Amino acid sequence: MGDWTVPAVLAAGAAATYASRGLGVLLSGRIDPASGLFAWIGLVTYALLAGLVARMILLPIGPLAETGLLARLVAAAVAAALFYLTRRNLLVGVTAGAIALIALAS
Amino acid sequence: MGTDDTRSEPASGARANPVDAVASFRFGMREAVGPPAIIMGASFVGFGSLVRESGLSLSFGLVSSATGWALPGQLALVELYGTGAGLLAITLAVALANARLLPMSISALPLMRHPRHPRILYWIAAHFIAATGWALLMQRASILRQEHRLAYYFGLTLTLWVVSLLCTAVGWELAGRVPRTVTLGLVFLNPLYFLLLFLIDTPARGRLLALGFGAALGPLLHLATPDWGLLLCGLVAGTLAFALDRAAQRGRHG
Repeated sequence: MGDWTVPAVLAAGAAATYASRGLGVLLSGRIDPASGLFAWIGLVTYALLAGLVARMILLPIGPLAETGLLARLVAAAVAAALFYLTRRNLLVGVTAGAIALIALAS
Repeated sequence: MGTDDTRSEPASGARANPVDAVASFRFGMREAVGPPAIIMGASFVGFGSLVRESGLSLSFGLVSSATGWALPGQLALVELYGTGAGLLAITLAVALANARLLPMSISALPLMRHPRHPRILYWIAAHFIAATGWALLMQRASILRQEHRLAYYFGLTLTLWVVSLLCTAVGWELAGRVPRTVTLGLVFLNPLYFLLLFLIDTPARGRLLALGFGAALGPLLHLATPDWGLLLCGLVAGTLAFALDRAAQRGRHG
């Protein structure tokens, strides 16, 4: 690969990413926020994110795959427990969960 | 805003009710500084390390973070480029990895539109559509006036974007110097953050159903088809939640 490939690859990545976002601007202008279609798209997005989070915990790809399923489940439970014990403090919850995973993976 | 889907109460801690665009922008910046910046920063530290471990330059990582600003696509870009894949294959993989941004963008923009805003701002705001900003906008929309939401969104996401760039550089510098388990802990902050964000307030029925079905179907459909599983999960679980929510509404009113 020559020197032109780096800018070409970066430009292709940027364009492929903005395509989804820009198409969203285009389509959103034609959708009434009070319509059923809009509510449906919102729920599709929530489902997509929940599916992504569940997959990242249960069946991670990439570096997290090195950790055990039990370690990830325990860490998630620790995060949720500390989160509720501190009256839903996000920072305490995620920090406790990450520390639990580090301790269990060591 | 007559949709059933906007009823959820603002998350705990949302005292502010900004009075103008500047106050809304500042409110967005303040909200970014805290868990969102820490979690996003940690993820981009991980990305920066990966860039260096793949033998790529710091400027490659910075340009990718600045112009892409969506990690699944950036990870695909670095991994595929590292293995020598062709331009078309890389473009398709990035587009597929980031296709979730389309429904996010469609559902976020109508919340921010106002006749007084120049239209170009929507095209700029679209570049900053990502899961963290989207989820916070959905929660905060009910306490922000329609004309102030765009300012809130820019305050929030521009702060996160700057943090992402700084953390990409930090990760590139730190590559190889941090114990592996710590790196794993940082990567795990991301799913934990969204898990707790969804638990922070009891969502309206439709959203609750979508979250439940999505969490159940996501891993299953990923096993069936790793490339399309996530998008299928969104479509199937979202549609199921929508249908049940509508049916329950009709049952109550009809």
